[in-house]
Amino acid sequence: MEWEVVIGLEIHAQLATKTKIFSGAATAYGALPNTQACAVDLAFPGVLPVLNEEAVRMAVKFGLAIGAEIGQRSVFARKNYFYPDLPKGYQISQYELPVVGRGQVEIEMDDGSTKVIGVTRAHLEEDAGKSLHEDFHSMSGIDLNRAGTPLLEIVSEPDLRSAREAVAYGKKIHALVQYLEICDGNMQEGSFRMDANVSVRRKGAHAFGTRCEIKNVNSFRFLERAINYEVERQIEIIEGGGSIVQETRLFDANKGETRSMRSKEEANDYRYFPDPDLLPLVVEPAFIETVRGTLPELPDEKKHRFMTHYGLPAYDAGVLTASRALADYYEAVVREVGGESKLCANWVMGDLLGFLNKDGKEITDSPVSAVQLAGMLRRIVDNTISGKIAKDVFEAMFAGEGDADAIIDKKGLKQITDTGAIEALIDEVLAANPQMVEDYRSGKDKLFGFFVGQVMKAAKGKANPAQLNDLLKQKLSG
Amino acid sequence: MSLSSHEVLKIAHLARLSIDEARVPDYARDLSNIFDLVEKMRAVDTHGIAPMAHPLDAVQRLRPDAVTETDQRALFQSIAPQVEAGLYLVPKVIE
Repeated sequence: MEWEVVIGLEIHAQLATKTKIFSGAATAYGALPNTQACAVDLAFPGVLPVLNEEAVRMAVKFGLAIGAEIGQRSVFARKNYFYPDLPKGYQISQYELPVVGRGQVEIEMDDGSTKVIGVTRAHLEEDAGKSLHEDFHSMSGIDLNRAGTPLLEIVSEPDLRSAREAVAYGKKIHALVQYLEICDGNMQEGSFRMDANVSVRRKGAHAFGTRCEIKNVNSFRFLERAINYEVERQIEIIEGGGSIVQETRLFDANKGETRSMRSKEEANDYRYFPDPDLLPLVVEPAFIETVRGTLPELPDEKKHRFMTHYGLPAYDAGVLTASRALADYYEAVVREVGGESKLCANWVMGDLLGFLNKDGKEITDSPVSAVQLAGMLRRIVDNTISGKIAKDVFEAMFAGEGDADAIIDKKGLKQITDTGAIEALIDEVLAANPQMVEDYRSGKDKLFGFFVGQVMKAAKGKANPAQLNDLLKQKLSG
Repeated sequence: MSLSSHEVLKIAHLARLSIDEARVPDYARDLSNIFDLVEKMRAVDTHGIAPMAHPLDAVQRLRPDAVTETDQRALFQSIAPQVEAGLYLVPKVIE
């Protein structure tokens, strides 16, 4: 039996405003508990919400970036449920009339194929506080600093057909909100959280299967694992003659499985209704046009420009524009080197990203600045060091040993480009291996590599590779 | 439209209201009367009329994104039943 997987993602992006969506309390991360929760956030009697203009601006910016219709008139509603981290007993959200309507993004898969994913809507709402369940002897501790932080909930169409597509889409939105500077994208701090609605159906079927919602996934790796686990689980149940129960599930990263969130699922009954404390939000066309004027170059445009302007292959351009910070870094390197765009791309994508990944660091925390990397690349370009030696120089720079020139000097890594010196080394090697020389001359071409290796070894890796090759060829044929 | 006792209990539960079981039939009758009024209003033809989100014909005023609130935790927590380490303590709730 062939199965088709159907996935829709709901992404909660915390908007990077200075203050809450409905109050003037600060939203800075990591403040002492409840020091950024004011009377409005705490739902004291008589308080009234007043909408933050910047949150609206950011939502509109996102809408424009995905080519969505902007709801010129949108309405805030109350979503009613009881939980201690929600002091009002309801969350202010948007229900029937969201600020951002239907739009779309294009995702690219590893094989280079692309697919358009529909975004159903994006709406403004407030975040809840945090509950801490440990260390308070059978009590829960409540921190309401996060309560009222503006969220943009971005809802996709059920257009995703595999965990990989879901990850590609999630990453695309993640990059986009950071390009737009409307969300810091910090997943550890919970600024960007994903819920996945997953169902399976027999290949060719039109109706959707019953779905389960996996809540609050905070990394792309977990998203892929959680979806794959959930798909297997559902197929197993159906093939075993059972049926899927619609429910909310949590991904347990330690066990690598999803589990039901509530033992007896109470049907959600949020009883949405328009919030009488808030008037309809009207976004004027002039406001929309002002926001449009602030849109930066978006990932797809930037990728295209990297291909045409820098002559990079699509793959390189895609990797380098995956985040705005990385793209900026790359452009700074090219500018400093004064060209050599492909050499720069290779180093940024290869050694730099490799070292950063190994250390679990982001490009913004790179110990090697764009100026420093460019300084080293210039030494490759002017033949001071070979590409191979450069790898050692880079490693030393990454370890904080200083700029390339200082390292090259200190470690004596300057390339040998003096023809005479290289010839002397070659002569030594050839004299020490007469049998090999004879074998080579009688047709064993493969031995060439052996000689290169030996000479390079004698030169402690510092001989200019191109010169070495040429000179060695001359000597061996002579 | 008449509301069953079961529905009354469900509504009370959703609103976290504790009600006297003996009075459930009274609540069912009173609420049903309200729904009857709603039913009458529903008979009006509202075809082509956009639902009203607010009784005032006005639009939302927006607030500049500037911090205006200072930390008043000590004051707010002075009326909380129990606090520890800056947190409000509540009976344990866990999913």
